Amino acid sequence: MKVVVDMNKCQDHGQCVFAAPEVFQLDANGRLAYVSDPDDALLDEVEEAADVCPLQAIRIEA
Amino acid sequence: MAPTSARVVVAGASMAGLRAAEQLRAAGWTGAITLVGDEPHMPYNRPPLSKEVLAGKAPFESLAFRPRASVADVEWRLGTRVVASRLAERTVVLDDGSELSYDGLVAATGMRPRRLRCPGPLAGRHTVRTLADAQGLRAELTRPGARVVVVGAGFIGCEVAATAVGLGAAEVTVVDPLPLPMVGPLGELLGRALLARHKERGVRFALGTGVAGFAGEDRVTGVILDDGTVLPADVVVESVGSLANTEWLGGNGLDLTDGVLTDEQLRVGGRPDVVAVGDVARFPNARYDGVPRRVEHWCIPTDTAKHAAKVLTGAEPAPFAPLPTFWSDQHDFRLQSFGAPALGMDDVRVLEGDPAGDVLVGYHHDDRLVGVVALGGPAIASAAARHRADLLKQPALTA
Repeated sequence: MKVVVDMNKCQDHGQCVFAAPEVFQLDANGRLAYVSDPDDALLDEVEEAADVCPLQAIRIEA
Repeated sequence: MAPTSARVVVAGASMAGLRAAEQLRAAGWTGAITLVGDEPHMPYNRPPLSKEVLAGKAPFESLAFRPRASVADVEWRLGTRVVASRLAERTVVLDDGSELSYDGLVAATGMRPRRLRCPGPLAGRHTVRTLADAQGLRAELTRPGARVVVVGAGFIGCEVAATAVGLGAAEVTVVDPLPLPMVGPLGELLGRALLARHKERGVRFALGTGVAGFAGEDRVTGVILDDGTVLPADVVVESVGSLANTEWLGGNGLDLTDGVLTDEQLRVGGRPDVVAVGDVARFPNARYDGVPRRVEHWCIPTDTAKHAAKVLTGAEPAPFAPLPTFWSDQHDFRLQSFGAPALGMDDVRVLEGDPAGDVLVGYHHDDRLVGVVALGGPAIASAAARHRADLLKQPALTA
């Protein structure tokens, strides 16, 4: 799957990190970094991350 | 599995309703789903209403949720309200008089703003709950020289006051009967820190006083405080809490004293076919003291929907036990909370930083950390997040 985060929307809440830590991380400055092509086996976690993003900035493409 | 003719009706088509529909599909519900909601819009994200929408930075398209592909076939009855129900007959009544029968019912009707009941004109007085509310308020806030009075120093009131200052309003004053802003959810230590930060950024306060009435003939020109002082006002924002939309459930023998009472599985009235989700649900949290409470945090619609969808499709998961979390963006800083600060107000400690700058505060019950709140920039919010795993692991807190 392909994951796209709208970095104009992202405000570094980090809720996605709790939902899918293999895909989303906050760096030392609290800024988001993420894997844009995670394994399809992580779909449930990534969907959860998209759900809990306060800015709804995460989009999943098949 | 449901027969193909079976139907779940979701009363309420905001975030909680949408998440309920998505989670029903995820839980294996293949029957029909009908969502009934009074607003004309598809579900949208409300937190930006008091910030980016007021500031003119977020068009509706940027607020709308992107529903999962799994709910492409659900029926949306928008601009329509559920006005009554007969649970024994598995039937709800819509505002046009028509009836819908259901096999499963999700109560997701949410809240509406509480209004001040005191004398004076209505024009010029606003609330912030819907997109239409925020757009109407923005039109008045952006008039040159606008003097703004915000009644209520909670989440919405503090955010709106900060946004109004950012828009260049001539005067912004927050009125509240309590002595500090957000003192209920945060306690005195952070309430004082928040007050100082707002004042430094140009917000004025009239604290420890209620509102006796509104001055003006056709339109509000001032807010009259308890002692008779009049604060001149061109725009008033009432952010004094909210009321649960539960009238439609009346007559079914349910406890509707503050929202819809549920059991630890989010079931309503002991029925296997009715659940409540979102901020209308008053549920016991198995993580804490078992006292049923409504929770108006943004994450609750998603958390409740996930659990309730499993229950409505016949599963019996472990009792609902979400870890509360909230945030609030005001001016150039953020409040970020994990856990239940309200249960640890008698033992509040600074864990990192200083209340004059970025600070992380811990709330304790019987010497145990039960909640954290960070105030400041991204680094201190990350510090709060580091406590989340410990808060999740703790055994249940019994009364």
